[in-house]
Amino acid sequence: MIQVEGLIKDYGARRALHSITFDAKQGEIVGFLGPNGAGKTTTMRILTGYMPPTDGTATVAGYDVVEESLEVRKRVGYLPETVPLYTDMTALEYLKFMADLRRIPESEERAYDVLEQVNLADRANSFIGNFSKGMRQRVGLAQALIHRPEVLILDEPTIGLDPAQVVEMRNVIKEIGKDRTVLLSTHILSEAQNMCDRVLIINKGSIVAEDTPENLQSRLVGSQRVVLRVRGDADGLGETIKKVKGARTVEAKPDETVEFEFSSGQDVRPQVAKAVIQAGYELIEMRPIGMSLEEIFLELTRDNASAEKKAS
Amino acid sequence: MRNIWTIAKREYDHYFITPIAYIVAFAILLTIGVIFAINIFYFIQNSFQNPGSIPDISPVTGSFVFLLVLSTPALTMRLLSEEARMGTLELLLTAPIRDFELIAGKWLGGMLYILTIVAVSAVYPIILNNFIDPGIDWRLVGAAYLGLILIAGSFLALGTGISALFTNQIAAFFATLITFVFLWWLVGFPAQVLQGSGANIFQYLSMQTHYYDNMVRGDLFLSDIIYFLSLISLGLFTGTVAVEMRRWR
Repeated sequence: MIQVEGLIKDYGARRALHSITFDAKQGEIVGFLGPNGAGKTTTMRILTGYMPPTDGTATVAGYDVVEESLEVRKRVGYLPETVPLYTDMTALEYLKFMADLRRIPESEERAYDVLEQVNLADRANSFIGNFSKGMRQRVGLAQALIHRPEVLILDEPTIGLDPAQVVEMRNVIKEIGKDRTVLLSTHILSEAQNMCDRVLIINKGSIVAEDTPENLQSRLVGSQRVVLRVRGDADGLGETIKKVKGARTVEAKPDETVEFEFSSGQDVRPQVAKAVIQAGYELIEMRPIGMSLEEIFLELTRDNASAEKKAS
Repeated sequence: MRNIWTIAKREYDHYFITPIAYIVAFAILLTIGVIFAINIFYFIQNSFQNPGSIPDISPVTGSFVFLLVLSTPALTMRLLSEEARMGTLELLLTAPIRDFELIAGKWLGGMLYILTIVAVSAVYPIILNNFIDPGIDWRLVGAAYLGLILIAGSFLALGTGISALFTNQIAAFFATLITFVFLWWLVGFPAQVLQGSGANIFQYLSMQTHYYDNMVRGDLFLSDIIYFLSLISLGLFTGTVAVEMRRWR
């Protein structure tokens, strides 16, 4: 659905994108993950026909973003990072205007439909200027959905929302993403983990990793971490675990739990459990914790930085 | 065409929720109303001495045009610069409409707004027509009003084009005002100093020549109409190029 090859974008003398290549299939939710200024918005703006690339090609739904920009724009729903709203209009007026621009027949009915889809039907006739951040974000999403686009491009869709709104927004996007291609950008890693089928990690204008969230984790994690909890006093628990061969970096946490690590190929959990029980503790929990995407991300971007350093 | 209309309609509606549009409409209608009244009063006072003189509508249209020089920059300054500042330009530039349609729609919206004021001002020739016998010269009124509409169209097109070049409304306002002052007054001065074809060129470039020398007097020349249509095209072209330039930046 989205095909990007060797995309380069220069802003004056500064190169914002260094030959990016990726694709997104139909019905896939792809997460664009990276720190601020990594090139996420630039890529999205090229894909939505807002601006042309300096070099390289990009096609959306089979149409070239430069040569057939209008065809691309007809098929893409876009929610930019700063939600583009006319605050002097009511939600309904705004969506009707967008529907008219996209030549949707019975635009008012369609506007109601999308307002319902983002749970704002009861505020259809309220002015957007009086809306909260979360509601504005939802109106922005409604605008992106109004023409039933094949491809949805969402730039930081949950930024600035409170936790309840974030959950709500994620659910709406997941629902929409069932039958559409969604490309969303975020710098919140748990979000990518939670919503996306595939994650592209982008840093300084280059894609540094691309995989499913799970694969990214297992690919990068050479060791496994386990949390262990006992009932009552945990004094000396760390020492007990340390004595087990293969258990490393034992760390006592302030909440009366102990975290330890072992190499992936050498599972020492049975030995640790045995040792803990033999030492007289009442073992109540032993839970593996995966390395978070946060850590993977730091790892990847650090590798990138050190590689650059070496090269220079 | 439909896209232009959609943009124009939203723009037209928008004028009626902005205070600036009401201030401009109020200032124009009040000023030309007062000038009309003074004109009639003056005519009645003098009619005994000069029984042959007939009042005409030119003071109304003439002052209307002058007020447009000062007020159009305030109407056009936000047209595209505000969209750029608020981020809504991104919305319009990723919608399936051409850059020209966006600019033309903005212009048409402003045009409809000015035409609304022009329509209201039509009460003055109608009053005048009832007031004098055997009625006023409608050809004169027609030419003066056509000139007025063409000037409004030129100002709005240039203002729209200049607004597309700026993100700051105040900058757009002053750039537009300077352009108008240049086209309205300054460009005419060399014509008074120079002689021959040089003078003719500057005279042709001055808006005042086309309006006060011909149209207000009821004369319609193709060269005047072409002059204003060229300004409209120039304004819309500038706007379209400015939007395209934003994409490439």
